[in-house]
Amino acid sequence: MNYKYKVGCSIENLKGVRDFIRKSLKAHHVPDLEISEMVLALDEMCSNLMIHAHQCNANDLFELRIIVEKDKPVVFELVDDGTVFDINEFAEPSIDNIVHEKRKGGLGIRLVKSIMDKIEYQAAKGQNVCRLTKSVHFK
Amino acid sequence: MIHIKRLQEDGADVIAIIGEIDASSSIELDLAIAKSVGEGYVKILVDCSALEYISSAGLGVFMSYIDEFKDKKISMVLYGLSDKVANTFQILGLNELLHIAKDKSEAKAIINELQV
Repeated sequence: MNYKYKVGCSIENLKGVRDFIRKSLKAHHVPDLEISEMVLALDEMCSNLMIHAHQCNANDLFELRIIVEKDKPVVFELVDDGTVFDINEFAEPSIDNIVHEKRKGGLGIRLVKSIMDKIEYQAAKGQNVCRLTKSVHFK
Repeated sequence: MIHIKRLQEDGADVIAIIGEIDASSSIELDLAIAKSVGEGYVKILVDCSALEYISSAGLGVFMSYIDEFKDKKISMVLYGLSDKVANTFQILGLNELLHIAKDKSEAKAIINELQV
């Protein structure tokens, strides 16, 4: 099953993004704790996109797609036309560095990398697709 | 949406967070903690029993006070975390850096010990 959600780049819309992911995955019997981890990772990716690639411009839209099929990894795609912010190119700061240098941003990157199995980027026809994959234990 | 309530109990400032903390609301948590520090509290209890969700923006707020609290000898204990919220702290190992208690009475015991 495929789900699609169009979002304006205002951080006020993050709550709607989280509710959309929860609702979509609940319908496929994904365990609650695994849903909450994926929600966390996607919240991070979406807020990065809104803040860094679109400067929180509510008129800029991006699309979140969820592809979920029983016994297959869940796939999330973020499709937009802004500047690519490839988190694979960012080294995760150590927790010590985050504490002492107040590098709040580094926490999010650590979170996404520890939760998701794979993060890939693709660019075609002026569109960027960021694909995040996660194996789950279907109930 | 997030609501933050503060009340004082046995010389401690109790900050109760109600709702979800994300990039759009983490500033309110930051302000509440800053106020508590500004008013001179050295015992800060954070009631998370009605905290439904916390993103890295919210975690970052707690982390950003660790050094300042050490310098000013302020103690902070979080309590009443749901399994999901507790899991968020654990993924990053923040449960090792922050004081987290099961409930309010355990939180008070810990904070009184820290402030001896």
